[in-house]
Amino acid sequence: MAVIRRDVSLALRRKNEIMTSVFFFVVVASLFPLGIGPEMNTLRLIAPGVLWVGALLASLLSLGRLFAGDHQDGTLEQMVLSSASLPGLVGAKILAHWLLSGLPLVILSPVLALQFDLNAQAIEVLMATLLLGTPLLSLIGAVGAALTLGVRGADVLLSLLVLPLYVPALVFGAGAVQAQTAGLGASAHLSILAAMLLVAAVFSPWACASALRIALE
Amino acid sequence: MTQHSNVLFRFAAPQAFYGLAGRLWPWMAALATALGVWGLWMGMFVAPADFQQGQAYRIIYVHVPASWMSMIIYLAMAFWALLGLTFNTRLSGMMNRALAPTGAMFAFLSLWTGALWGKPMWGTWWVWDARLTSELILFFLYLGFMGLTASIDDPRRADKAGGLLALVGAINVPVIYFSVRWWNTLHQGASVSVTQGSSMAQTMLWAMLLMALSFWLYAIAIALYRIRTLILEREKHTLWVEAELRPEGGAR
Repeated sequence: MAVIRRDVSLALRRKNEIMTSVFFFVVVASLFPLGIGPEMNTLRLIAPGVLWVGALLASLLSLGRLFAGDHQDGTLEQMVLSSASLPGLVGAKILAHWLLSGLPLVILSPVLALQFDLNAQAIEVLMATLLLGTPLLSLIGAVGAALTLGVRGADVLLSLLVLPLYVPALVFGAGAVQAQTAGLGASAHLSILAAMLLVAAVFSPWACASALRIALE
Repeated sequence: MTQHSNVLFRFAAPQAFYGLAGRLWPWMAALATALGVWGLWMGMFVAPADFQQGQAYRIIYVHVPASWMSMIIYLAMAFWALLGLTFNTRLSGMMNRALAPTGAMFAFLSLWTGALWGKPMWGTWWVWDARLTSELILFFLYLGFMGLTASIDDPRRADKAGGLLALVGAINVPVIYFSVRWWNTLHQGASVSVTQGSSMAQTMLWAMLLMALSFWLYAIAIALYRIRTLILEREKHTLWVEAELRPEGGAR
């Protein structure tokens, strides 16, 4: 808990970092209509995919900072050495990362969805998938961030490692909204997303912890 | 049991494995060539032309074994990674780094021959079919592994980080495959199925199995060859490497 509060308050004192990824999300989502054309039917069709890819890239953007700051000032080493369980501490850091970079996207997504002319039900489903999906992205991405900690060219490498692993989240997240608009119902997609989230929540902090131990030994 | 594990662990030492690999790889390479020539001859000349696809189907003799190998090599890497992270053996990490380029090569070969096959059969180089897409993602996973291990300077850390990545990837591969498959069936009603009929002619099956065996042996041979170089590089501070590389002495 203390770790969450610390991370959140640290980030709140440097607001521009949070705002960067939020604005990135907004800009990416607004670029697509400009590139594709203002045809509303097309936009409605691609909206879930565009918003999901935008959220995915925005969460990737802030991943590099997840462990880097603590690594530089030595806090991370103290965490590894401390008697508290490292997966627990890492899990708290991931949760803080999601609160700062995932939750704003979820809150902002309805506004962007309106730009794409999604109806109210589709927007509800979109928010639900992002609510389940963005923590999943944070959990998967954290493993990549821990593996690339302090490595040459870490940012590019991080995207190469993490993006293929994001595929299932993207498929089911964007798929849920499309299934909803197609009249199939989104509950199956949402259940699978939730299942993946639970599995990731168990394994990811543990994998992160061993990656950090490797990085710091 | 103890006798057995002693034999296994003896070759876990890089020096012992260096000798073993040196003795094995020429045999493997020779066998791979022989089987490859035999398999290609069977596939190109003996096997009958497919009654639907004509002669063009013959690329299957490269395509399918390459796809198998790209998946098997990833499984092998996950196995070595697990071994390396549990027993802390140095050789496992080297094995993975020796295997990864071959796996990436097979994944690329499979995608490339698939595109060449797809053009005359389906009229398109690429479809977003579940198998094609997951093969592409597998290729990305190989590239990620190679990128990660190449950019960490400390070899022990690179091995361990790569091993962890290989394990995480191995857990994800089935999830990716099924999610892509479901995504595909939801989107495209008339998707192209890559599945071949199960009633293959006997000679076709034999040719394909020969090719698969040949690719398998090739992968082992090239990995052993590569691991010899890796061992020499890692152990260059030791006396035995110095003796090995001295121009007048050494086995080779």
